[in-house]
Formats: sequence, structure tokens, C-alpha cells
Amino acid sequence: MSKFEFPLSIGSRPVWGTLEPRVGQAHLFVADAQGAEAILDVATPELMAGAHIIYITRGTDYADKLRALNPSQFYEGPSYGAALSRIKRALSDAKMGLQVYISGTESLMGQMTNEATQAGVPFESIQTEHRGSTARRMQCVHCKGFTEDVETDPFVCSHCGLNLFVRDHYSRRLAAYQGVCVDAEDPGNVPAQKGIYE
Amino acid sequence: MSAPQKAKAGAEKIAVTVSAVVPVTEYVTRFEFTRTDGADFPPFSGGAHTVVSMEDGDRTRLNPYSLMSDPTDLSHYAISVRREDNGRGGSAFMHSQVAPGDAMTITCPVNLFGLDWRAKKHIFFAGGIGITPFLAMIGQLEQTNGNWELHYAARTAENAAYADMLLEKFPTKVHVYYSGQGVRIPLESLLTGQPLGTHAYVCGPAGLIELLRDTAKGLGWPDSNVHSEEFLAPAPGAPFEVRLCKSDKSVTVGEHESLLEAMEREGVDAPFLCRGGSCGQCETNVVSADGDFIHRDHWLDDDDRASGKKIMPCVSRFIGTTLELDR
Repeated sequence: MSKFEFPLSIGSRPVWGTLEPRVGQAHLFVADAQGAEAILDVATPELMAGAHIIYITRGTDYADKLRALNPSQFYEGPSYGAALSRIKRALSDAKMGLQVYISGTESLMGQMTNEATQAGVPFESIQTEHRGSTARRMQCVHCKGFTEDVETDPFVCSHCGLNLFVRDHYSRRLAAYQGVCVDAEDPGNVPAQKGIYE
Repeated sequence: MSAPQKAKAGAEKIAVTVSAVVPVTEYVTRFEFTRTDGADFPPFSGGAHTVVSMEDGDRTRLNPYSLMSDPTDLSHYAISVRREDNGRGGSAFMHSQVAPGDAMTITCPVNLFGLDWRAKKHIFFAGGIGITPFLAMIGQLEQTNGNWELHYAARTAENAAYADMLLEKFPTKVHVYYSGQGVRIPLESLLTGQPLGTHAYVCGPAGLIELLRDTAKGLGWPDSNVHSEEFLAPAPGAPFEVRLCKSDKSVTVGEHESLLEAMEREGVDAPFLCRGGSCGQCETNVVSADGDFIHRDHWLDDDDRASGKKIMPCVSRFIGTTLELDR
């Protein structure tokens, strides 16, 4: 089961939805890993006839199942970074009437939402659905470096090495949660590491 | 907790002098104002309107009109008024009673129909006198070489206010359609293939607004990329009684006046801004009601209406035995 019920939190924490088919001239699906399951759940032959699926495998084996949906365009790539030029091109070619569906990790949904809004898709019209890993994309508020796939709290910044507390405070602009030094007052006094949702 | 109440209902007022009255078409006349104190007007953005006070005998008429002058020129404000011979008399008053040199009062501008600056492109749809807010928007966009186009429907060339000026200044951006010649704005083809991030704006008759919204929705346009403005005039209806709890007054709303106007007539300082069912300022809580509401505004949603707990007194009415309002 790839669905996870996020606990209620502060207002800045994003709330993800459930994909549903919408009327549109074209349909752009962007998913990573288990996010493929959300596409498989919502796909109809009619929807797929106008669909462009950009799928980021992250080591999973859903690609063949997605290909079997027979979308009008299909791309498979290993990572968001690898897929980004394809995503940018798809958005720059798009016309009004495009529907955007994003599913998978919070990191993908946050970054892809930014790409789509910058291309002119209003935030309210972008559909999202969380599936798979609950790991977070974190920004260190001290060095500003991003650490991907953070599963524990606290964690060590992959750029500056500080011990960071995982906050629920989220930036849409950065598509990242905020990580704040946990032992600034008393260096070395670091709480025991646990899962973010433990 | 309720929002802080202003000292006086409506936007701040400005004393003006009518500086020009210019016939534009058979039905449309432009009124230009300068400030009586000689100062510049407050800055405004394209799409803003002002509420004009008309002293018509013992009656004060308050009508909203879009500002159509160039937002970069604050030495004067201009509105264009279409004469509605079957209307409530405000436009007829403007056409027949107002002359250059007259002293009038207008409100500071309020914008409920502004440009969305996230747009990659702005596409305007005007029907008839609905052209006026776009004249100011175009003035504003031209300052920054903005990406816009206008599709303007009018009955005939003689009725198309400002069409000649627009076509001469912006021949590649302005498209005019004459329904008298059977030509309609081809909404579906115009809304197809627009670049991502295009915003559509429509001002004109209710039918045009509804058709544009439906067409856009059917093509998958997000609601937030479609903007419309339609000021409603209060419709006449059967007189009804209303009890105003806070003011401790009972008022009879006449056939040809709105609930808001009846409250003002009785000296109740009820809040308002647009007086056309759009802005939401006059929203009033219903204490009790035995009867049916005639909601005509663009503000309350279906849940509000179903609850029977709210009414917009600028355009909506009531039919029934008792109505008590929290005003």
C-alpha cells in the first residue's frame, strides 16, 4: 500500500489531493516511483489519448504498466533532474486547456508544482496525489543547501554538516521543508534520531 | 470578531467638477471630471470603478461606472455612460441633467476587476458598453508593452463606442464584431490554442459572460484564469417590510428602490462599495425571515443562499411576511 495519511499540522504544510480526470485539451502526468499507481488508478483510454506521461522510475518497475496504458507520449527517466529538461519543454509547448497531474513523493510534487505555476498554470488547478515514500526534501536554513530524501529527525545537512531539526514549516517557492540547527546552543547535544512520523 | 468598521459607508468621496460631456454614440456619452480642489486624482488601476452620486431632486442616486481614462493621467477621470431608457433613471439623469461646470461627488476608485499580473497574455472580451474597463486596462498595459488583444462585440459600427480609436491605435490587437451583420465573437476558436498562462477577461451582457465562462470551462481553462465583471442594477419588485434590529427601525422597501437604498433613506449607515452585487461589502446577516429571498448578487455562494442567513441588500429582495436584519 503506497498511501499514507499525513498527520494534521500547521497551515504552511502542503495538503495533497487525489487525482481525478478533468476536461482538457491535453493532459500532462508527472509521477515518480509509486506515484505510477495514482496514474494507473485514474487512467481511462479517453484520458490517455491526450496524455503525456513523464515518469521518474527511481528504481521501481512500473514503467511497463504505464506504457501499457498507451498514452500519446511516454518518457521514462531515472531522476527528477534527468527529466527536468523534458518537463520544461512540455510546459513551454503547452496551450491553455492543459491539465496537470502530479503524483508520488512530496519532493516531486513540490518542485513540479513550481515548474507548472511558473509556466502559467494556476496553483489551484494543479492536481496532486501523494504515493510512496514520505521522505522530505529539506533546506538547511543556515547554508541554504537542499538535502533530498530525508527520513529521520534530526538529520545531518548533506552540505554543511550541521545537525538539523525537521520542521513542518514549508516553502512553496523552494519546494522544501525547513531544517534548523538542533544543537546550536549546546553543540553535540543532539536528540536521538527517529523517523519523521514516529 | 468582525472586521473594523469604517466611519462612513462606501469608499472615500471626492468633490469633482464636470470638465467635459462628450457624446460618443447615439446612446453613449463620456463624462470627464477634474478635482474641485485642483489636485491630481488618486492613482487607480485598469478595471477600477467609481460610484457617482447624482442629486436628482430629493433623491440621491448612486451608480457605479468603470473608469475608462488612462491610469497614467491623473489630471482627470473619465467614465462612459450608456443611456438605458428602461433603466432606473441614473443613466438618463447623467445624459439629460449633467453639464460641463457642474459640481458632483464621486468615490475613490475601487477595483474588483484588476489585471492578473501573473498572466503571460491578457485577452479581453467586451460586449457593448462593457468596453470601458478595458480602455483603462489597455492604457495601463501599453506602458509596459504588455501582451494583450481585444475582441469587441457591438451591434453596429455606429454603436461601437471607441472602436474607431482602438482600431486606429492598435490595428493588430483589436478585433471588432458586429452582431447586426450576424458576426459573433468566435469564442471557441479564440480560446483554443492560447499560450499557457493566458488570462481571459469579459465585461458585457450576462449572456456573453456566461457563454465565455462555459466555453472556457469546456476547453479545460481553470476558473482562476477567467475574470468577469457585471454590475447589476437593482431590479424592481413588490414592496416589502423589513425590521432593522440594530437601528431599531422598520422600513418599507418600495417597488423601485433597493433594500440598501431604503435603509439609506431611513438614515441607516449601511456599508457598500459597488452597489452592483459584486464586491461583498453590503453582506448582511438575517436574524429571522418568513418568506423567500430573491438573491440576485454575484457574491453569496449556494451554501450561503441555502442557509437563509445572508442577503446582499444592494440588489436582492424578499417576498414574505416578516424579515429581520442585523443592521
